[in-house]
Amino acid sequence: MTTETAPQAATPAEAAAPLSIWGALQANLREYGLLLVLILIMLFFQWTTGGVLFKPLNLTNIVLQNSYIIVMALGMLLVIVAGHIDLSVGSVSGFIGALAAMLMVGWKFPPELAFLANPIVAGLICLVIGAAIGAAQGYLIAYYRIPSFIVTLAGMLIFKGLSLSILAGQSVGPFPAEFQLLSAGFIPDFIGAITLIPASQGVQPLVLHGATLAIGIVAVVGMILLSIRTRARRTARGYESEPFALFAAKNIVIAALVLFFTYMLASYKGLPNVLVVMGILIAGFVFLTKRLTFGRRIYAIGGNPKAAALSGIKTERLTFYIFAIMGALAALAGMIYAARLNSATPKAGQGLELDVIAAVFIGGASALGGVGQVAGAVIGAFIMGVLNNGMSIMGINIDLQQMIKGVVLLAAVFFDLYNKNKA
Amino acid sequence: MTDTIPEMRDTILQMRDITKTFPGVKALQNVNLDVKAGEIHAIVGENGAGKSTLMKVLSGVYPHGSYEGQIIYNGEECAFRSIRDSEHKGIVIIHQELALVPLLSIAENIYLGNERANAGIVDWDETREGARAVLRKVGLNEDPDTLVTNIGTGKQQLVEIAKALSKEVKLLILDEPTASLSEKDSAALLDLLLGFKAQGISCILISHKLNEVSKVSDRITVIRDGRTIETLNKADITEDRIITSMVGRPLEDRYPARTPEIGEVVFEVKNWSVYHPQHRDRQVIKGIDLNVRKGEVVGIAGLMGSGRTEFAMSLFGKSYGVKVTGEVLLHGKKVDTSTVEKAVSHGIAYATEDRKTFGLNLIDHIKHNTTLANLWGVSRWGVIDDLAELDVANDYRKKTNIRSSSVYQTVGNLSGGNQQKVVLSKWLFANPEVLILDEPTRGIDVGAKYEIYSIINQLAAQGKAILVISSEMPELLGITDRVYVMNEGRLVGEMPTAEASQEKIMRAIVRAEGKVAS
Ligand SMILES: Nc1ncnc2c1ncn2[C@@H]1O[C@H](COP(=O)(O)OP(=O)(O)OP(=O)(O)O)[C@@H](O)[C@H]1O
Ligand SMILES: [Mg+2]
Repeated sequence: MTTETAPQAATPAEAAAPLSIWGALQANLREYGLLLVLILIMLFFQWTTGGVLFKPLNLTNIVLQNSYIIVMALGMLLVIVAGHIDLSVGSVSGFIGALAAMLMVGWKFPPELAFLANPIVAGLICLVIGAAIGAAQGYLIAYYRIPSFIVTLAGMLIFKGLSLSILAGQSVGPFPAEFQLLSAGFIPDFIGAITLIPASQGVQPLVLHGATLAIGIVAVVGMILLSIRTRARRTARGYESEPFALFAAKNIVIAALVLFFTYMLASYKGLPNVLVVMGILIAGFVFLTKRLTFGRRIYAIGGNPKAAALSGIKTERLTFYIFAIMGALAALAGMIYAARLNSATPKAGQGLELDVIAAVFIGGASALGGVGQVAGAVIGAFIMGVLNNGMSIMGINIDLQQMIKGVVLLAAVFFDLYNKNKA
Repeated sequence: MTDTIPEMRDTILQMRDITKTFPGVKALQNVNLDVKAGEIHAIVGENGAGKSTLMKVLSGVYPHGSYEGQIIYNGEECAFRSIRDSEHKGIVIIHQELALVPLLSIAENIYLGNERANAGIVDWDETREGARAVLRKVGLNEDPDTLVTNIGTGKQQLVEIAKALSKEVKLLILDEPTASLSEKDSAALLDLLLGFKAQGISCILISHKLNEVSKVSDRITVIRDGRTIETLNKADITEDRIITSMVGRPLEDRYPARTPEIGEVVFEVKNWSVYHPQHRDRQVIKGIDLNVRKGEVVGIAGLMGSGRTEFAMSLFGKSYGVKVTGEVLLHGKKVDTSTVEKAVSHGIAYATEDRKTFGLNLIDHIKHNTTLANLWGVSRWGVIDDLAELDVANDYRKKTNIRSSSVYQTVGNLSGGNQQKVVLSKWLFANPEVLILDEPTRGIDVGAKYEIYSIINQLAAQGKAILVISSEMPELLGITDRVYVMNEGRLVGEMPTAEASQEKIMRAIVRAEGKVAS
């Protein structure tokens, strides 16, 4: 592959052509640059923590610790692409965590209402109320044209107060075991353990979680088949694609990363339940933003709201839905968070909105709206998560950690803008 | 006039072998341009030929180093690193899209970035005085404290020029200054340029209005596909000569021929009234009745500010104004057009005159802009078929002859005329039954105009009803079957195009104004 790249890149005329290897590489650099940065940061911490970062247990932890940020970052991406902001998500997630705790543990229902304390019923109620909170804020933003910054700032204060109030200032817990599974559980091994190195004296045993491995492999194969099919369909319709070498390299690298990650998870306890939820949501949001008309319209209203309205897009209703979705996701995140701590505390969720917003911006979204990708937001969240995790393992003080994260946010946005101006 | 200009005047500007590339596009290739002191030098060329790019190179918008070639100004080689550098030397550019801040006053805009101030404290007296002085020079009789948003486009253009004058301009660059001006305002502006010439200020003028260009310019440089074709001297300038040079072949007719096949009334508006969105008791549109037949192209003539755009936008989902009343009928049946979505679903489309504000998502590419008004056309169950969309975008790119590296070029990077074509593509793809085109050829070159007229003809031949708003009367007379004349929110005349003339239209307007006055 390298022998092919070198001579082409050397001639500037070729470089200008959009589909040459060099051109395609450049086009991809911004998209995959972020992933590269994440990998570099991980390697850096692997080195500074003396190999702790890539321990299966720690990788699993990184997923668990950041799941609620990622869940909210998905919704925040839509909000920011549409040209808005939601400052209330931290407080709303805290409030929903509190509500979940009160429903399942705190409130004593009369027998005929006892079903409300059922974890599934309570979970659904929480999701609906989260969506309703988002919808209410979205209604004010969309139909009364109050700036989202103000509406959600108010929401942040209101729900911070409400969680304090319904918890009466106390921590409430523990949750029923079923509810804890949301954050603490792993998928059952319906295939059975695969023993690579049996336990014997002297060597570490190595047993893999069969179902996790199977799911990982199926996912990778599916992904590759899908991209081959897309490419084949483009070619069949007479469209050029990126050079095959690049296409192959991209798929191989990503497949290798996913398989590596799967292997790591499988050598611990397997796939966490929450990662399944996250995986489905991420796939859903990628599809929503890239393929659904709903997603396309969000980019359109973020890019030029007036032109979007004059193209027949119901901008108000779209904005309303976006905030409702954000509310539901904040509710889900609140439950994941509460289940992880196994109690609801009055301070839960506070300040999370900042991490979520930072993740989306590190992921390349524009504060002016109209620009941003799901993959970017997810990687942005992981960059923040790995930074937290790595620095904690290294024993760096919280004060310094905050400063470093601030610098990373600034640097990410700076390089993104620099790149755009250069192009 | 030509005789008064000595043939061997000093050359004040030479641009030599200018080459400028963007990723995937070579916008300029070895372009040469000479401008003499005190001349009006026009640059003409098709959309995307590189005219604006050349001027951005000259004025330092694209800094030294981002292009190849030399700029020699007043005998010295210049390496402008920003607009400020070129302004210091007296080169001032007025861009294709006006760059005024709407909510600042005229005076504030004139001295924006160049404030009359002592130690950072603005001297308001001097600001107003200075503003008044330059406003006088451009013949604009407005209070310097008026907000820019409250004056019309023609006056805004004059404010831009006043701003240039406040900077001691020696070489004034105007990129399509008359594109959105009425004929009267255009004439006034061109007179102003002739006045500047008498004072020794040189002008570079970019325009697609060839009649204006041939009237005022001393020389014309033609650019095609990023290359200099030739420079014409005053004696050689005729419109046909320019067109041949621009397009590469003579253009037989400005308007494609067609034989109209006109059917029954398709679109009808009855007693349409609209009030101003802010001054709610000012009636902007006053009881308009109009109809368009199947296969008919109907024009609305009128002066700038006669309410044509307001009328069209209020029809289209009440996108303008308040207290909108009246009826819209399609095939004799009353339809609800109270939201854009409903209007579109009934097959009504409105292609805006203001592409940047209302027409395009500038940060997205051609493909997404083309399909935005008709996403149903490329999707099923709300899922977009990416390849179908690509087909559509490529198809319309070809049909409207959009010059771009591909359909993935960001619309904001297209030349002005090509942006206009994207707006048209978008509404053509929506496949409406009634198409309202508001200044469809603003900023479009002669060749492309012809193509757009051909598209309009095809649509009419397919039996669509087409309503064209245009401030260029020759265009209305060239392509329509019937013309309405609008004045101050009222229809004041209607005539078959065969019997119409510019004089008749103007007479209808003048008569109406007389009535209002008496
Ligand atoms: N920032 C940019 N990035 C990429 N391509 C660009 C950029 N700016 C201009 N171009 C391309 O350069 C070419 C020349 O554009 P330019 O704006 O100079 O045309 P123009 O002659 O002014 O046309 P018009 O009459 O339509 O205004 C076009 O093909 C355009 O797409
Ligand atoms: Mg231009």
